[in-house]
Amino acid sequence: MTTFIELVVNGLSVGSVYALIALGFVIIFKATEVVNFAHASLLLVGGYVTAILHDDIGFLPALGAGIATAAVVGALVEFLVLRRATVENHAVLAIVTIGVDIMLTTELTRRIGTEVLTLGDPWQNGIYTIGGVSIAHTRIAALVTAAVLISAFLLAFRYTSWGVAMRAAAEDSETAALMGIRLSRVSLGAWAVAGALAAVAALFLTVFPTPGLDRSTSFAAMKAFPAAILGGLDSTTGALAGGLIIGLTESLVTGYQGDLAFMGRGIGEVAPFLVMLAVLLIRPAGLFGTRELTRV
Amino acid sequence: MSDAAQARQPSAKPASSKPASSNRSAALRRPSVPLAVVGAAVLLAFPFYLDSFWLQTGLFAISAAIGAIGLNLLTGATGQLSMGHAFFLAVGAYGYVFLAADSDTKLTGLGLPTPVAFAGAVVMAGIAGGLFSPIAGRLRGTYLGIASLALIFIGQHVLFNAESVTGGFNGRNVPPLELPGIVFDDSPELVVFNVPLGALERLWFLGLVLLALAAWLARGVLRGRPGRALNTIRDHEVAASVMGVPVARYRAGVFVLSSMYAGTAGALLALIFRRTVPEYFGMFLSLDYLAMIVIGGLGTAAGAVIGAIFVSLLPQLLTRYSDGLPLVAAPGSGGVSPAEASRILYGAAVVAVVLFLPGGLLGLWTRLRMVVTARRAPRTLPRLEKEEQPA
Repeated sequence: MTTFIELVVNGLSVGSVYALIALGFVIIFKATEVVNFAHASLLLVGGYVTAILHDDIGFLPALGAGIATAAVVGALVEFLVLRRATVENHAVLAIVTIGVDIMLTTELTRRIGTEVLTLGDPWQNGIYTIGGVSIAHTRIAALVTAAVLISAFLLAFRYTSWGVAMRAAAEDSETAALMGIRLSRVSLGAWAVAGALAAVAALFLTVFPTPGLDRSTSFAAMKAFPAAILGGLDSTTGALAGGLIIGLTESLVTGYQGDLAFMGRGIGEVAPFLVMLAVLLIRPAGLFGTRELTRV
Repeated sequence: MSDAAQARQPSAKPASSKPASSNRSAALRRPSVPLAVVGAAVLLAFPFYLDSFWLQTGLFAISAAIGAIGLNLLTGATGQLSMGHAFFLAVGAYGYVFLAADSDTKLTGLGLPTPVAFAGAVVMAGIAGGLFSPIAGRLRGTYLGIASLALIFIGQHVLFNAESVTGGFNGRNVPPLELPGIVFDDSPELVVFNVPLGALERLWFLGLVLLALAAWLARGVLRGRPGRALNTIRDHEVAASVMGVPVARYRAGVFVLSSMYAGTAGALLALIFRRTVPEYFGMFLSLDYLAMIVIGGLGTAAGAVIGAIFVSLLPQLLTRYSDGLPLVAAPGSGGVSPAEASRILYGAAVVAVVLFLPGGLLGLWTRLRMVVTARRAPRTLPRLEKEEQPA
């Protein structure tokens, strides 16, 4: 039973980190209808900057720098590439982000090399033990930070003028533009916010019990893709639910993989994708995605 | 209005310029017979002159071209993004090995005649694509892109874990293909025009035949009724279904077809490598294929071939000539290795092509030809057009 509770708490914590990534992904999709395959590399940018700076300027400033860099890189991708691409086909825009991703990931993994970088977080490998259930400090920190960031974001989405502009643009971009909303600014903002969220997620993907930031981190970040599509690409609620589902699945399957030995080693890595396929078979638009109806 | 400008916008004045433009594009489209013969002769002569390094590189390009044609049918012509292409390549490669190899103590195999195994591998890839079709048929464009990521991860998992079939981490040896009269291996020896033809040389001819077949088939599909249906689905799904195109069925169908292309490419690749290893069939391979079709030109077989040549040759060229190039260091010396440099370069090429060269390298080529032919044959404006022009 204690194992189960531990696994659930860990799963929720990892899931909230996936939700952060998926949220950024969904924001970009809502604002610009672009599926951003470069998201994993934005995350890597944030993590890498934090990792190389924390020795010199301390953890929090380094994290700030990482978040800022990822936000700027995200905004630059939008400003330099996507804004200038005049193609109708959204698959092509997605492939452009793949091109960006190839460049960024290659360069960053080259810099990281075979090393495992730590991000200098203050929690280290501390563990709380409550009634036989032991939970790492980092897991609690991840859960709390993600909860705070996500609620702050959802509130901003609902009440600030930025959020209203964003929702209007997502609803009907032409009308929004006629109402005086600058679409270019909205999409720039979306990319910057998504980059920042990804950088925060990078921190929590690489802290204890994971060894640190290495070349496989971008693969870990890939699991946010099923989280986003599972919930529905155009739904912020969906991103949250999808993140938690993926986190729980991964944690439980990895935890009990002794009993699942017939499915092979490392099934925990694949389980999120299997869940995604199962959901898509039943609901092609995702759990909370709007089913597109077309009137002719 | 100059003649060149007019050629570029044939739709601006449909009534008057239609006969002229269709004449011209027919002339452009018809491959002149002597040119094709010379091209084929040059390609067939390569094994007699090139060393094994270039031959192998060329063979990679040929197999990549076959796979890329398949992906271009799916992504270029239908607008369905797929990140799972590497999975189907793996099905083709491992399918061939499994069907052709004999069982031994650790590994199982069916020991079928190798040509049957080759065809079987292609069919297996098609079946794998068909199994995914409930999803491939229903999801649109980029949604499918993310969903098909699952195939990569599942594929890698199976390749590493189903050891009795795939050989696990170390992979499996590939039995050479044996057609009646010719074995695609180094022995028995075969000397033509005083040139010993080894496995690579013989595979080169096989690859060319397969590529020609693949391109011809894709051309037929794209030019005919299905091609129009696929393009309509890409451009306007609702319009397509209103006009009676069964959208889901076409999407599923083109997915199966594209996985069969990938299966062919994978089986050929296995023959070239002579050993299949699971790591190769990872996500980067899928990304490579997407880069190929964008760089070459979306939606046509020729574009896929050009892109495949570009993406396959680039790393090899950089590796071969890394000494003479600035910024590129020898592998392992800490600088930008040739493999990394080529990845960055073609990542940049993808972005640059979408921004500045819609239509890819093929589009650039057609535009150049347009300009050249327009200059070579200046024509007077047809009378009708003069009347239409404002005074």
